[in-house]
Amino acid sequence: MMEAKTDSKSDPKSDPKQEIAIKLTDLKKTFDGKEYIVNGMNFAIPKGSLTAVIGFSGTGKSVMLKHILGLYRPTSGKIEVLGQDITLLNDRKMTEFRKKFGVLFQGAALFDDMTVLENVCFPLSEHRRELSEKEMMEIASKKLVQVGLEQKHFQKLPSQISGGMQKRTGLARALALDPEILFYDEPTTGLDPILTEMVDNLILETHKHRAGLTSVMVSHDLEAAFRIADYVAMLDAGKVLLFGTPEDFFKTEIPLVKKFVDKGMKRS
Amino acid sequence: MIQQMARMIDEIWDSVVGGTKNWIREIGDIAMFGWSSLCLSFTKPFRYVEILKHMEFVGNQSVFIVALTALFTGLALSFQLFLGFKMFNAVNMVGPTVALGIARELGPVLTGLIVSARAGGAMAARLGTMRVNEQIDALDVMGVNTKQYLVAPRIIAAVICMPLLTAIFDFVAMMGSYLLCVKLVELDEAVFWDRVQQMIQVRFINEGLFKAAVFGLFFAVICTYRGFNTTGGAKGVGDATNKGVVTSMVMVIILDYFLTNVFIRTFYHLIGIQQ
Repeated sequence: MMEAKTDSKSDPKSDPKQEIAIKLTDLKKTFDGKEYIVNGMNFAIPKGSLTAVIGFSGTGKSVMLKHILGLYRPTSGKIEVLGQDITLLNDRKMTEFRKKFGVLFQGAALFDDMTVLENVCFPLSEHRRELSEKEMMEIASKKLVQVGLEQKHFQKLPSQISGGMQKRTGLARALALDPEILFYDEPTTGLDPILTEMVDNLILETHKHRAGLTSVMVSHDLEAAFRIADYVAMLDAGKVLLFGTPEDFFKTEIPLVKKFVDKGMKRS
Repeated sequence: MIQQMARMIDEIWDSVVGGTKNWIREIGDIAMFGWSSLCLSFTKPFRYVEILKHMEFVGNQSVFIVALTALFTGLALSFQLFLGFKMFNAVNMVGPTVALGIARELGPVLTGLIVSARAGGAMAARLGTMRVNEQIDALDVMGVNTKQYLVAPRIIAAVICMPLLTAIFDFVAMMGSYLLCVKLVELDEAVFWDRVQQMIQVRFINEGLFKAAVFGLFFAVICTYRGFNTTGGAKGVGDATNKGVVTSMVMVIILDYFLTNVFIRTFYHLIGIQQ
């Protein structure tokens, strides 16, 4: 099995001044005690960067993401997020810790019995109880405008708006608490090319909009990953095959990465 | 041949042991799930609004169907008893017999079955859909305790609403009985109510209400557990709903026996009440 290869220039660990937002150390996960879905994963994501995690289906991308979010407990290994080993946190502390995260899910995961505005207000009503209802509405409206949603859609239910608008609403909700790390779980899967480009640009704009925001995007979309990400991690068989800048991926001699990049770029 | 048989016996034994282990594990999981959810309901932030919202769904929206079932149960039961008691010239006993049967058994059991099918099924389906659409994951990563927010209010709502719905069932069923006995077969109204009053004690009604609260607790825990742990898309939601409703309905019947013959009888024995 090929080990993770990281270029010294692109490896954030080689720069002592570079703060690390997420660090996985020998992360392993098995559900049945036999097959390891994540099999010794190591990488470090620098603070303030936009990192794309790519790989074939079933290589452990989503499982890795769920570990970082604290939804899964690892079989072994260490997960450090913003300097805190989250494997040591109990459920209650993990729940508290998650306030630092924002997540845009593949299907946006909006609450279907709430309007667009109520969806964005929800995290505020849970964690910013000191705010009045009016203040919450103002913040939520600002976030919705920031992601490009028009005011006329604010009072609609998620089922009454398009897929692209749902993604925007999901992103506004993820941004509501001004998270330190923003995760995107397959944000463009199943979308048409125009909508895909719109979401990609939205991710990039959102990332640039806030200094210090660390963004992690799990994606199949190679073209977008190379276009918008500062760093790219490619996974295979539960391990990191290559972690580096997009340029490193074009220069690499690792056969599987080369094949993945060539095919992916041809298709796009 | 003997080796084949030995292997077959081994396989059957393994599947029986494995199945039993899984069954016991699942009961343990459901108990832990219910207990942890209930404990969380006593921690901040208190979910009053959610509890009221679910009470409106479990309680308010079940009133019509419970009342309709109760009315026809009262009518049908009274008619059958009337035909039976007529043979012994004891038609005046129809009212009190219906009252006893409804207050102690049929009221809580039928309410339990109706509400577990209606509200329990909806709970499993709703939570199952939320699970497969990643809405529960979204709540988790927003730092919301999902058991406290989604499960505990539903359980509390069911425990509060079930005795109230059973009281409505008891009342409407007795009205059905009254309608049949007094208005249709023209028994004496005064005798009807007098006999009911003589035979019925408050503790019989309380027994039924207590059982209803326990049924509410069980069906809500089972259905929310099934919904909360749904896997596998739309089929998973269907399976979770199906399993939740079937298990709840069977549990209502089984629990009814044990509550009546073990728990309540022991309680009466302890406090010195003759049954």
